[in-house]
Amino acid sequence: MAQANLTDRGAGNFSVHHHPEKWKWYDYFTFNVDHKVIGIQYLVTSFAFYLIGGLMALAMRAELATPNSDLLDPNLYNAFLTNHGTIMIFLWIVPGAIGGFGNYLVPLMIGARDMAFPKLNALAFWVTIPAGALLLGSFFFGGAQAGWTSYPPLSLITANTAQSMWILAIVFAGTSSILGAVNFIITIWKMRVPSMDWDQLPLFCWAILATSILALFSTPVLAAGLVLLLFDINFGTSFFKPDAGGDVVMYQHLFWFYSHPAVYLMILPIFGIMSEVIPVHARKPIFGYKAIAYSSLTICLVGLFVWVHHMFTSGTPPWMRMFFTVSTLIVAVPTGVKIFSWVATLWGGKIRYTSAMLFAIGLLVMFVLGGLSGVTLGTAPVDIHVHDTYYVVAHFHYVLFGGSVFGIYAGFYHWFPKITGHYLNEGLGKLHFVLTFIGTNLTFLPMHQLGLQGMPRRVAMYDPQFQTINQICTFGAFLLGVSVLPFLINAIWSWSRGAKAGGNPWDAKTLEWTTDSPPAIENWEVLPVVTQGPYAYGEEHLTVE
Amino acid sequence: MKQIPAPLWTLTVGVVVTVISFWVGYNHGFLPEQASAQAPLVDDFFNIMMVIGTALFLVVEGAIVYCMIQFRRRKGDDSDGLPIEGNLPLEAFWTAIPAVIVIGLGIYSVQVFQEMGGFSPGGLEHDHGMMIAQAHTGAMGGVSEDTPDTPEARQQLAKAVYGFGASIDNEGRSADLEVNVSGMQYAWIFTYPDTGIVDGELHVPVDADVQLNISAQDVIHSFWVPQFRLKQDAIPGKDTELRFVATKPGTYPVVCAELCGGYHGAMRTQVIVHTPEDFQAWVDQRVAQAPMSVDAIAQNPADLSDSDYLAPYETALGVDARLVAQLSQASADDIINP
Ligand code: HEM
Ligand SMILES: [Cu+2]
Ligand SMILES: [Cu+2]
Repeated sequence: MAQANLTDRGAGNFSVHHHPEKWKWYDYFTFNVDHKVIGIQYLVTSFAFYLIGGLMALAMRAELATPNSDLLDPNLYNAFLTNHGTIMIFLWIVPGAIGGFGNYLVPLMIGARDMAFPKLNALAFWVTIPAGALLLGSFFFGGAQAGWTSYPPLSLITANTAQSMWILAIVFAGTSSILGAVNFIITIWKMRVPSMDWDQLPLFCWAILATSILALFSTPVLAAGLVLLLFDINFGTSFFKPDAGGDVVMYQHLFWFYSHPAVYLMILPIFGIMSEVIPVHARKPIFGYKAIAYSSLTICLVGLFVWVHHMFTSGTPPWMRMFFTVSTLIVAVPTGVKIFSWVATLWGGKIRYTSAMLFAIGLLVMFVLGGLSGVTLGTAPVDIHVHDTYYVVAHFHYVLFGGSVFGIYAGFYHWFPKITGHYLNEGLGKLHFVLTFIGTNLTFLPMHQLGLQGMPRRVAMYDPQFQTINQICTFGAFLLGVSVLPFLINAIWSWSRGAKAGGNPWDAKTLEWTTDSPPAIENWEVLPVVTQGPYAYGEEHLTVE
Repeated sequence: MKQIPAPLWTLTVGVVVTVISFWVGYNHGFLPEQASAQAPLVDDFFNIMMVIGTALFLVVEGAIVYCMIQFRRRKGDDSDGLPIEGNLPLEAFWTAIPAVIVIGLGIYSVQVFQEMGGFSPGGLEHDHGMMIAQAHTGAMGGVSEDTPDTPEARQQLAKAVYGFGASIDNEGRSADLEVNVSGMQYAWIFTYPDTGIVDGELHVPVDADVQLNISAQDVIHSFWVPQFRLKQDAIPGKDTELRFVATKPGTYPVVCAELCGGYHGAMRTQVIVHTPEDFQAWVDQRVAQAPMSVDAIAQNPADLSDSDYLAPYETALGVDARLVAQLSQASADDIINP
């Protein structure tokens, strides 16, 4: 817990900044430099994009209810396919988890008044807006249709204008990530309250730190690859044009050098959320603090050397296929450590089944399956069979929907009282959880079988033998669509009318709970002092003799 | 804190988990029929991972469910759990076990991969030095920089490296039958260099060592026969190879697995595995006919196969097929001078 600290070491020059007592609603639509405003901007915008990307998925699933291509034009199907993936990754999970929760929580968790570079922070948010506008606008030009991976030559010869807009969108989103990453690293490095040691840093901050390092190393490589692609499309270069001596496989290396780490950009912050939510609602210290912190760093290091597992059937030589099989398998170890540590945190706890905890446990349950299927995919001999099939689609939705999306929801329920001063309604929350959990498994579990039996991914028409299973998936997807409604109603209603929550509604120990809900503009009157670890639950058992 | 479960209890759980895992591993029925020499190798590997995976799944999910029931907050209890912050031996244990498992899987991967012929594309056998040298120029150096300019030389280099070569039994021997496979939006074209036959379906004799030389005309495609458990991308500018032995006469789907445009999902044909006599009869019959021109095939991808599953698209593809020839021409032009 924290006590008052009279020596106010302000967050850089921020305290000089002039601001009103309290932000008005319209301040949230402006270039505002307050990290909490920016966090909310990220959360709300990314959620809106989640809904848009979700509608695209529903359109695709409706098409796939029958084997024929009878609902959408096949090119429009591919445009939805491409933009669904792109939006979910670059405009929902990354900005939501890192931009949203990261910005809102990191300064609060380390006892800072703001991020190190508030203006840069606002800029990072605002460049995601043109990214979204470009993607949506590209539909006037047919929409990019080459998949979120945009392999040339397909990306060079289909819908050139839309494809160029897509590239610019990703470059904007990538710029945002890089700006954000620099800011997070400096903030966590330099702006912790003096009383906070590294081993008192909340695990969410460790996760954001690891994520930021990863983003900083990998994003520029993607940007380089995409800029070359843009030149090939528009300026007559031939980096990736086979007929002119270009090398299409080179693009895949550049792309996956970023995009494999990108999957960790989408899950490390979620791991961070898990490590905050579980101890609070299980009323126990996190099990293996150090192991969790270091496994994030290990994942981020090893994760830089596994990218060829996306290219086992491509133009890759045998030694490369084998080397990357082994490196990929190794990543499973630190990932396992985290899972086991969370389960051990539950062990011996006094679990409170709040909606936040339900989503966290739901994540745990599904992520295990995603990790196991990941291991099978990591071995080249099996991947040769299932690469580019629905088995891969099943894998990454278990880790991204069952993992990342569930984690973000857990975060919403957990920090909503902090952000708004009101609880979300628990009844609606539980309904939301049940529908989402059933929907996710109904949609994505059967896809494993589809892929193993021979259905490729990214198809608008398929062999009729797969129809029944596809219809189950489609049904599940619509259930998922419906599952959003209780959440939306809940969030909108509770934002102003939910039961009032005090400063520390869950009786949690990290610093964000030491201030009011919602926190004042510079977070604390007087900065808190750290006197114990962030997960010091059950200390009473120690003093009772 | 709960008591540690009695040894008997642990033993029972262990036996039950083991039995279920083995049962699931060998009876899941998720994999299609095995029709190539490579298929059983892949399946054995997959099944073992299913056994291990099921066991881990049951143990972890079981632990979660146990905790959820056993350690739920009871009414009126607002106290915290015990302040246990870690346990080094336990943590070492659950780091070591997965590490051992994945190392085992890694070694097994290499072995299966070798038996499948993964180490010898282009007849390279096991000359690692050469493979690595070539691999570097092929995959990392960028063709434009440091390879000879002639297309033949480039082709030679690429051909020597990627894909699947002779499986372990056929190592050092040249294939019984070579077929050139060319992928284009949205059809596969199979050319038999020995006889000049051109077809939209792949015909091969059973138990013969067949080598496919795979290329692509427009965009990347991927040649996949689920029943063979084999897949290799068809990459413009880089020839690849896939060598297999079909073990069971029958008709199996050939599926394009790499997104290649609007009708990617309809880019399906079939491979017909004949008995040797039937195959000879097919060859004789085809050689007697005038060889089909590549154009005729390319323009009518929907006619390539009579199989039912393509029927629904005949209209869609028919319309598109007329465009295909122009389109792929246009795209080729695009690539050269956009
Ligand atoms: C145990 C850890 C994991 C392993 C060993 C693993 C392994 C793999 C492999 C080998 C592939 C390539 C499959 C193929 O295309 O043939 C793959 C695909 C993918 N994985 Fe994982 N994975 C793991 C965890 C994750 C996590 C945590 C995420 C994200 C939250 C993730 C997201 C993805 C995505 C998005 C793809 C598909 C990319 C695409 O082709 O579009 N994976 N994974
Ligand atoms: Cu990856
Ligand atoms: Cu294709």
